[in-house]
Amino acid sequence: MKGYLIASYSTLFFILLSSCNVNKNKILPILGDRSTVTRIVDGKTTVDAIYKTIPTFRYVNQYGDSITNKNLDDKIYVADFFFTTCPSICPVMARNMLNVYNTYKSTGDVKILSYTIDPQHDSVPILKKYADKLNVNGNMWWFLRGRKDQTYMLGKSYLVSIEEKNPAGEYIHDGYFILVDKQKRIRGMYMGTKPEEVAKLVEDIKTLKEEYTNQATK
Amino acid sequence: MKFKIIIVIGLVLLVINSACQNEGQLEFARYYSAGSLVYQSKCQNCHGKNGEGLLAMIPPLTDTTYLRINKGNLACLIKNGVKGKFLLVGKPFEGNMPASGLNQVDIANVLTYVGNSFGNKLGTISIEEVNNDLSICK
Repeated sequence: MKGYLIASYSTLFFILLSSCNVNKNKILPILGDRSTVTRIVDGKTTVDAIYKTIPTFRYVNQYGDSITNKNLDDKIYVADFFFTTCPSICPVMARNMLNVYNTYKSTGDVKILSYTIDPQHDSVPILKKYADKLNVNGNMWWFLRGRKDQTYMLGKSYLVSIEEKNPAGEYIHDGYFILVDKQKRIRGMYMGTKPEEVAKLVEDIKTLKEEYTNQATK
Repeated sequence: MKFKIIIVIGLVLLVINSACQNEGQLEFARYYSAGSLVYQSKCQNCHGKNGEGLLAMIPPLTDTTYLRINKGNLACLIKNGVKGKFLLVGKPFEGNMPASGLNQVDIANVLTYVGNSFGNKLGTISIEEVNNDLSICK
């Protein structure tokens, strides 16, 4: 009887332990198009997947500093598209993004990039004012202004759709938050207007960070 | 006998009174529940589920004093929107609230909802009241 109990306890323990391992090794998918290359290494043919990455870009942030993709080397980041006069979904997106900001602002390797799709109106001082109103300071969350056509092209790389101003003076744009890894590959998309999806984003950033710590210790 | 009559009259009065009260309560409930739907679709994105606003960007709807003092002007704000600077809970706000495009019925509904949520206690704000307020918008 005692032996039986011990056996069942240890089985239970083993199950608990292995379920922890499953969690630890959870890996986020890589989204977007991929192509393959065939290479011959040591006489053997191998096929590698080439994942689509976010292309190079040059923008100016709310402090007037020039920001390129180089500034994001070795950073995980979340991107979204917005404009400061957006009356519909942007306030709720900002409210939800503040959760990401407040969770990771002191970690150093996570950033947030909000690209304005209305650079004509959203000048650097206006972006600074917007950041101030959200109590955002420091260099974790950048509000970026660049050429409009470049931003529209970049939107496509982030798999979101942006359209020109409609007659009511509004831009129709997706409210997605896009999670990008250190290799600039898209690892997740979350509807920025939904608190529960943004909660998942906060969790997934943790998972992604663990992926890099695991790699480093291997 | 006299005593009995007094009791009967008293009971009748009580019934009438509570019926009237129920009518008022019913009316309030109708405005309030319709208003909560208007709030969700037209106001909540910016002003938040609990009327908390958004830091220094979007004013909260929890300033009970402001709402009480400006009760007669609220319908106009919702109808025509707000432009520029104003003070609320001692904090300056600046920006635009777009005109809502709501009709008088929905303005009355949503005002009754906001006016009796988030700590506010303004009672029913009727369509008649809203019509009256709208006729004197600045």
